Formats: sequence, structure tokens, C-alpha cells
Amino acid sequence: MNRRPVFLITVLCFGFAFFYIPILSMIVYSFNASRLATVWGGFSTKWYVSLMSNRQVIEALMLSLKIALVSATIATILGTMTGITLARFGKFRGRMLFTGLVTAPLIMPEVITGISSLIFFILMADWIGWPGSRGFTTITLAHITFSMVFVSTIVQARMLQADRAIEEAAMDLGSRPWQVLFDVTLPVISPAILSGWLLAFTISLDDVVITSFTTGPGATTLPLLIWSKVKLGVTPDINALATLMVLTVGMGVVVAGIVMNRAEARRRADERMAYRSND
Amino acid sequence: MAAPAEPFLRIEGVSKRFGSFQAVRDVTLDVAKGEIFSLLGGSGCGKTTLLRMLAGFEEPSAGRIFLDGRDMAGVPPWNRPVHMMFQSYALFPHMTVERNVAYGLKHEPMSRSAKAERVREMLELVQLTPFAARKPHQISGGQRQRVALARALARQPKLLLLDEPLAALDKKLREHTQFELMSIQQRTGVTFIVVTHDQEEAMTLSDRIAVMDKGEVRQVGTPNEVYEFPNNRFVAGFIGSINTFEATVIAREGGALRLAVPAFGAEVLARDVPGVSPGQAVTMALRPEKAGISRTRPETVNAFEGTVKDLAYFGKDSLYRITLPSGTLVQAHAVNARRGAEVADWDDAVWLGFEPESVLVLAE
Repeated sequence: MNRRPVFLITVLCFGFAFFYIPILSMIVYSFNASRLATVWGGFSTKWYVSLMSNRQVIEALMLSLKIALVSATIATILGTMTGITLARFGKFRGRMLFTGLVTAPLIMPEVITGISSLIFFILMADWIGWPGSRGFTTITLAHITFSMVFVSTIVQARMLQADRAIEEAAMDLGSRPWQVLFDVTLPVISPAILSGWLLAFTISLDDVVITSFTTGPGATTLPLLIWSKVKLGVTPDINALATLMVLTVGMGVVVAGIVMNRAEARRRADERMAYRSND
Repeated sequence: MAAPAEPFLRIEGVSKRFGSFQAVRDVTLDVAKGEIFSLLGGSGCGKTTLLRMLAGFEEPSAGRIFLDGRDMAGVPPWNRPVHMMFQSYALFPHMTVERNVAYGLKHEPMSRSAKAERVREMLELVQLTPFAARKPHQISGGQRQRVALARALARQPKLLLLDEPLAALDKKLREHTQFELMSIQQRTGVTFIVVTHDQEEAMTLSDRIAVMDKGEVRQVGTPNEVYEFPNNRFVAGFIGSINTFEATVIAREGGALRLAVPAFGAEVLARDVPGVSPGQAVTMALRPEKAGISRTRPETVNAFEGTVKDLAYFGKDSLYRITLPSGTLVQAHAVNARRGAEVADWDDAVWLGFEPESVLVLAE
């Protein structure tokens, strides 16, 4: 029974190799002393040093973080409002159409979203003189429009799961609907809101297509910078930058995993406690 | 027990439709202050809709609701002196037991210390003081039920609505909780309206019961009234088990009705009820525990011979199924009062006897 099928193990190894060998080779070559990306010239950390002193990279990183932070936060607020409305508004004329309109951007090709955002900004500039130039504001607005859809989808799913009676109970105990929202609804769905924010943040941080349509002179985000640098050939400092990003993301995943494991262990302990105190 | 002299809660011709579905149909009920009043019925009978209209979650399509003389039309749930204990308990999962109980006091014009005192009192009332700092998922089902009760009572409502209060508890806990609910009701004096599908629960808890079916109230009365004197076939069949037979009224004589009952192949003498006349087709009903079984002819006016077809032994009592010569089956309950002295066995010939007082005549 303990002999696992050879075929399955092979497939598993291939899968992992396919996925991780490129990343591993990138990490290895980020420590390459040679200028040539594909020729090993000994171990060195000089690309990391040069990265830290590269103003262009630091500025691009700061801009990306700023856009991701602002767009994720606004998208979370708007997306949460949409999600709650869709889940709680009950039946109304055109509800199906409305739900469809909200989820359509999920499957819309990014190029289309990018182009339509660009055309919209150009038209707006013609009509009301705003936005005068494209950059931080236009990128952020474009990111909000497509990432809020993810938030609203997550929130809506969580709302449909939640026990409606909890909100009714709060209302029954004297709270007006807006108080119920802040006292009960939002705290109950807060994990969904948090994961929506994280998703919106990640999507914004690594977006190339929509950003490239809505950016302007002087506003280069990190993915755009990497993209434009790679067009001139892969250099070891890009490897170093990418390695740092992998490290950051990896650490994020590990920390999230530990936190979730702890929460699970605590929940189990709580359940044991409840069982013991059963009367 | 007569209808209350001054109705505390008056439900007047209330109906509710959802689209083409009539959930509640022209219900009129009076409930007295301090009463435990049950709405009893199967699923989809409209009892929960009626309860939700009292809480203010639904507005009646027609009719009016008065609480303590005040018309409740258009009053939103948060302004009603009515609180509800939900079937799922609907505790706030992110708050401790203490904060759950305190939630309703948030909007009360009370000093902080008075609120804390009230919460302490409520936790004591439901014996949950040691669990004040726990979250709902850290306590047992029975304790959750008590938190829900304390939370609903903390604001001292005029009316407490309980939606299937015991349905989520296991059988043993249910009996205990039933008595606890009754004692808490007596101590607080709050009027309880209980929705339940469990007839035993309704019988033991309630001062009065309204039996509902298909959105209508079929009978209102004390547990004893609806059990012993059901006024229609639905109520007779819904509460407890019962034998029913087609019958025709022959004559009314000396405070009793003489019925022709083909199933018995003879005449049966029954307690007189108003509103029936000779020649009328009626239903004769007999509760299994009212039918006595004996090996020799009993001294009752109604006595019939039969054969034991089936018998189910429950320990404290046994249920017999007796075949009459006409082929009809009659259920009879016998208490096993003496060990080893069960009345009859399979295929034994027995006598079935019952008093006219025990026979129900249902015109409907």
C-alpha cells in the first residue's frame, strides 16, 4: 500500500520542475559576478548593491507601492459597497443585468480595459480639461475600476454565506440600518474585505497592460521599468530585483500560512473548551 | 380559560401575501399581558411570517397590530418594544457573551454603570456569569441559547418573540431548558410569543396555543382545550394521535349523541356538542389513551370486541392496534402499571371500551 505510483511521482516532479526551475535559475544568476546574464562568472552580491543605489528603481518601486496602496484602498471601499448592495438589495428590475455589468470586467481582456480607459481620459481632457497629463492619478483610477470588481465579488460571496438573522437581530435590538452595517455586517465580513484588499493590492502592483495605457511621461511603475529594461536585454540587476520580489512574496505567503495555522489551532482549542463546558 | 379581558397584544384581521402566495390569512388574536402564547403548526403554516410581522421585519398586507394600545403599523423593528430570539440564535460572532447581552442597551438612555449592572443581572438570570468573556463559538449550544435569551431580555421588552426556541437543542437539554424558559418568564413577567412546530413543546410551555394551518388560525385555546376539545379535524389530528371514523348522527338523547358508526358495526354514544343535528354526517374521534382494553367485557356504555393485531411495547406503556370485525384498525394506549401484567398479546381476543365523554364529535 505504501508504494506510491511511479507515474504520479514523475508527473509531480515535472510539474514542480517546470514551475520552479526558471525562478531558481533567476535567483542563482542574480548572484552572478558576470555582466552577461547567461554566463556564470563567480559569486557576487554587487547587483544588489547597485540596485539599492539605483534611484530609478527605488522611485519606480515607491510609485508602484503608492498606486497599489491608494487604488486597493479605494477599490476596497467601493467594491465592499457594491458587494453588500448586490447581496442585500433584494430583487429589483434589471438585477441580472446589473450583476452581469459588475462581473464583466473580470473576463474583459486587459487590453480592452486599458484602451477604453485611455480613450476615456483623452475625451475627459478634451471636454473638461482634466486630466491635464497622465500619470499617478490616471493609473490609480484605472486600477480602481478593474480591481474593485474582485473585491465586490469576494464580498458578495461572503455576504450570501452570512446568516441574515444576525443583521436582523441587531436591528431588532434597536440599531438603525447604518448602525447595523458598522456594528455587525462589516466586522463579520472583515476577513473577506481584507482578502479583497490584498488581492486588489497585488493586482495593482504587478499590472503592466492597463498601466502602460494610462501612464504618462515621468510615471514609471516597477513592472513598467522591468518591462522596458528587459526589452534592452536581461541584466543581472533585474535578476536581483526579481529575486527580492520573490523573497518578499514568499515571506508574505509563509507569514500568512503561520497566522492561519495558529488561528486554526486556536479554533480547535476553543471547540474543545466549548465541548468541555457543555452542560 | 376565557379570552383575556384587556388584550395586551391585539392582532386584528392580519393577512400577508408574497406575490401570489398567501402566507397569513385574516388572523385575529388577543394575547394577555404576561402570557406564554404559542403559535403551533407545520412548516409553511404562516407562524414564522406572523412572528416576523410582530417584530416589524414584514409589514402586514392587510389588518392591524396593536401592542399595549399602540398601532404598530409603519413602526420599524428598531423602534418596537419587541425583541426576538432567533432560531439560529443570531449571536454576534465577533463579540463576547457580555457584549452580545449589552448590545441592546447601547441605545438606552442609561448610565454606564446602570448598563453594566443590567448586563450582570441578565448573565446571572441565565447562569452565564463565568462565561461573560467568551465568544459565541467558545460555548456550547445550550449556553448560546441562553445568551440569545439574555440579550433579548436585557432591554426589558414588552413582548418577547421566540422562534423555535428549543429546536436546535438535543432532547435531554430541551426538557431542562423548557422549564428554565418558563421560570424565567415568570420571574421577568414578559409576555412570550413562541413559534413552534413541536406540539409537546407547545403543550408544556404555553398558557394558550393558536394552532395554525395554511396561514389560518384553526383553534385558540389552553393546551387542555386544544387537546381534549379540538373543534375541527385538523387540530384533532395535529395535536397528539387520534383514531377517526366516519359517522352519522342518529339522535340526541339525554345530553348525549347517538352515532351510527359503520366501522364499529354498531351505535356509539358520544358527548353532546352544539351545532350538530340528527342525520348529519360527522367525524367521530377517539384518542388512543381513552380507549381501554380488557379481556372481559368492560362496564362502559361503549364496548366492542376485537383482536390484537399489533402491539408496540414502550416500557412505561404499550400501544395496541386492535382489529374490529369490520376490519377497521383502532389504536389504544395502555399504561403498564404492574410488572408482568400486560393486558393482552398478539392475536388475543379483547374488549375495547370507552366512555361517551371521551368521544369527540367533529362536525367539520
